[in-house]
Amino acid sequence: MSRRERLFWTLASVGLAVLIVMAVAKISEMRLVPPVFLPPPQRIWAALMKGLTTGNLAQMFLATIWHMAIGLSLAACLGVGLGAMIGTSAKARAYLMPTLEFLRPFPSSAIIPVTIAFFGLTETMMLAVIAFGSLWPILMATIHGFVTVEPRLKDVSRALGLSRRSAMMKIALPHAMPDILAGMRIGLVMALVLATVGEMLTGRNGLGQALLLAARSFRTADLYAGIILLGVIGFASMLIFDRVERWLLRWRS
Amino acid sequence: MKAQRRRLGFNWRGLVLPLVFLLSVELIAMASPIERDAFAAPSAVLAAAIRTLHSGAALRATSETLITAGSGLLLGFAIGLIGGIPLGLFRRADQLMMVPLESLRPVPPVALIPLSLLIFGFGYAMEIAVVAFAVIGPIFLMTRSAIRGIEPQLMEVSQALGLGLIARVTKIVLPAILPRIFVAFRIALGIALVVAVTVEITANPLGLGYAMTIAQQSLQPDLMFALLLWIGLTGWSLNALLLRAESRLFGAAA
Repeated sequence: MSRRERLFWTLASVGLAVLIVMAVAKISEMRLVPPVFLPPPQRIWAALMKGLTTGNLAQMFLATIWHMAIGLSLAACLGVGLGAMIGTSAKARAYLMPTLEFLRPFPSSAIIPVTIAFFGLTETMMLAVIAFGSLWPILMATIHGFVTVEPRLKDVSRALGLSRRSAMMKIALPHAMPDILAGMRIGLVMALVLATVGEMLTGRNGLGQALLLAARSFRTADLYAGIILLGVIGFASMLIFDRVERWLLRWRS
Repeated sequence: MKAQRRRLGFNWRGLVLPLVFLLSVELIAMASPIERDAFAAPSAVLAAAIRTLHSGAALRATSETLITAGSGLLLGFAIGLIGGIPLGLFRRADQLMMVPLESLRPVPPVALIPLSLLIFGFGYAMEIAVVAFAVIGPIFLMTRSAIRGIEPQLMEVSQALGLGLIARVTKIVLPAILPRIFVAFRIALGIALVVAVTVEITANPLGLGYAMTIAQQSLQPDLMFALLLWIGLTGWSLNALLLRAESRLFGAAA
């Protein structure tokens, strides 16, 4: 497809989105749906702008991003570190893999009550849940990445007389990088979900708490504004992640 | 014989870590028999599991969770499949729907919990709605890519036969994507269970998630850990069941 054609269809798609929003506005205006469930889009937009400029929505927005970033960084450090250790040692795998495989299908949100029992409804509990939930996909993907290094590459590193450390950094880690990034991508989605849930439960600053408060006091426009902001975080984090991924894997193309 | 011994040896090494962990927790609990709210001896957890399963409370909670997760899964699956088929078949429709769909996709499903609570109140409906929303996206994407993956010759055959759209979908497309749709269903089942439990822990007084929260709040760590294990076991066996069915039905095609 030519570039011009693609531009045309993208514009058409944007047009369709605008049409859908206008249709929603019409439905809301005609009160086909109670306005407390579906406020008109212009009111949602106003709530969003007001919340970002004079209200505390911007603060909540940043708090959620902060929780996500901390939890995900913890998970990434632990996941890649442990994954590299487990992935490069057959002995560690023999002892650990059955346990890991057993724990892997556990729904990560089910540990929320357990972490509440340990840490109470605190910031620590929330970060622990986020880190734990996003740790699994990163850890398992990292192990997979390190296990699948070609034996011939290992021979090469031995022939070159590389130390274990530099063999790891120069051969195994680049090989595992696509897997690690695939795991981090899932971890990123998990982190946003668990940050939202954690904020709802603990009542700490963040969009999760803002959403719950808006719903409890029937401020539906604020509620939709919060949902939109969560979508923005999801979208932007994926966009940034794509960039980082392309940069880290630039040697492949 | 040698292979068998090696396999036994492997099992033995895999068991070391869990056994050491369980034993040390049990010993710590024996050494200091103080009541704790985040800690329970494995034997106490096992006893609590037997108690709650025997009394029927856990089974009732399980059926609540499975009913909501299942209904949400079926609803989301139907919507995702019906929406994904035309977008997989017609490139233009796909391009046209790109912006509206891509702007919904990054919204985390749990963000809808407060909204769903506002609309439906507590109960089955609000949880089913959130589960369905969580499942639609993945099913949709997997259906679309499954259709894109159909062999072009098959589509040419359907054109040569002069099949209408409905005949083409029911006679060529659906049978061709069936194995991959089954895989999508299994993945979606995992998502549905996680989301259902999450909704129950966060807001909805139903099911296993709520039972766990209550156990935690009433300072019964033994029951809390028993339920955690039970949730894991439920998810694990459902997944194993579908995996079995998958290899039985489709073999290498899936």
